[in-house]
Amino acid sequence: MIEIENVHKSFGALEVLKGINLTVDKGEVVSVIGGSGSGKSTLLTCINGLEPINSGRILVDGIEVHAKTTDLNKLRRKIGIVFQQFNAFPHLTVLENVTLAPRKVKGLSRQEAEEIAVKHLTHVGLAEKLNVYPGRLSGGQQQRMAIARALAMSPDYMLFDEVTSALDPQLVGEVLDTLKMLADEGMTMICVTHEMSFARDVSNRVAFFHKGVMAEIGPPEQIFGNAQHEETRKFLSSVR
Amino acid sequence: MFEYTFQWRQAFRALPQMLDGALVTMQIAVLSMVIGVTIAVLLAVARNAHSPWLRWPATAWVEVARNTPALFQIYMAHFGLGSFGIYLSPYVALLAGITFNNAGYLCETFRGALRAIPATQVRAGRSLGMGQVMAFRLIVLPQMFRIAFLPTTNQMVWAILMTSLGVTVGMSTDLTGVTQDLNARTFRTFELFALAGALYYCIAKAVMFAARLAAWRLFRY
Repeated sequence: MIEIENVHKSFGALEVLKGINLTVDKGEVVSVIGGSGSGKSTLLTCINGLEPINSGRILVDGIEVHAKTTDLNKLRRKIGIVFQQFNAFPHLTVLENVTLAPRKVKGLSRQEAEEIAVKHLTHVGLAEKLNVYPGRLSGGQQQRMAIARALAMSPDYMLFDEVTSALDPQLVGEVLDTLKMLADEGMTMICVTHEMSFARDVSNRVAFFHKGVMAEIGPPEQIFGNAQHEETRKFLSSVR
Repeated sequence: MFEYTFQWRQAFRALPQMLDGALVTMQIAVLSMVIGVTIAVLLAVARNAHSPWLRWPATAWVEVARNTPALFQIYMAHFGLGSFGIYLSPYVALLAGITFNNAGYLCETFRGALRAIPATQVRAGRSLGMGQVMAFRLIVLPQMFRIAFLPTTNQMVWAILMTSLGVTVGMSTDLTGVTQDLNARTFRTFELFALAGALYYCIAKAVMFAARLAAWRLFRY
């Protein structure tokens, strides 16, 4: 379970998260929507400890992410994150990209790591590209590789940060299909997204962020059909 | 008008000795590069560090290495340190001087290469559970070496050529030292130094060829 309790986060004088409270249960898919600069992506990077927070706390399976005693490198094995920019390691082949962390971080043998990598790469439709360098892949393929790379660490939670935003429209579908597949398999996911149809069809709950505040959260039917907050309605009418 | 008679046979008879000297030259150049690259990586990281205690000494090294003559650096290693009771042999002084110079120049080459690698690469590594050092070693360093590869091979050639300055601190076993020694005994200055020049040229070309081959093997992406 991920528990976010009254989290505040500032970059200098700019407060980007203003007291966020959110609990995500195992197996749940929560989509986070909202305008640019509303704090959605910052929340994800705070959850896996890539960004420190100013106050409040975030617990992952009861472990406080930002506590001084927490081994963040160990905790991050539980929490996969995929970014908007694919961040493929250009000097490694697809297979090496996916096996690197399992081998070096988890200490798996090359053979074990490759078996896991091939399984996940096959899962995301990249079985034919094992020995190709990322530079030769399309954006959608690179993003699916990044998803396989995160999954190869066998995380309990996956965080997706606008993973389709940097893709050409015709490549968005293949990445969203991968996310849907993961959701169907019961992966616990928090997805920051601008894909409203994805948020509506796949999520258990949708959270709307506005100016660093979680203005509204509820099941997709409520958010898309009967939003309670004026800003939610404004945002949805602007993106439809 | 032109009464000099070339005696190439005498020069070529000295070729085995000069080739031995060329080996010493290569040895010093390779050692100075291996040590220089290692120090340069540390200096580049220190130059980008937040702490002034790391940044300032690294900056001072680079400033001196790049803005003073290599000859001065070798002299300081041999004669300068001698004033403080530290006596380095010509070989060690030459190696130290060239390494100091290499590290200074390569630091800036590596620093530029580091800046060309997006910070998100490290972020991606950290998000997979890697520590800062592991992410740097596995993700940043290999990319940095690729970006910096060609300038680094230039520095390697420069290191080979700089070894010739060793003769000024009494180095007598490298290519220039051996040639100088032969010259003092035979006075066939033109022939001997022309041959030495040709050998330097061949070594530099061989290094560049090896570097291209290595790049072709290592950087397939």
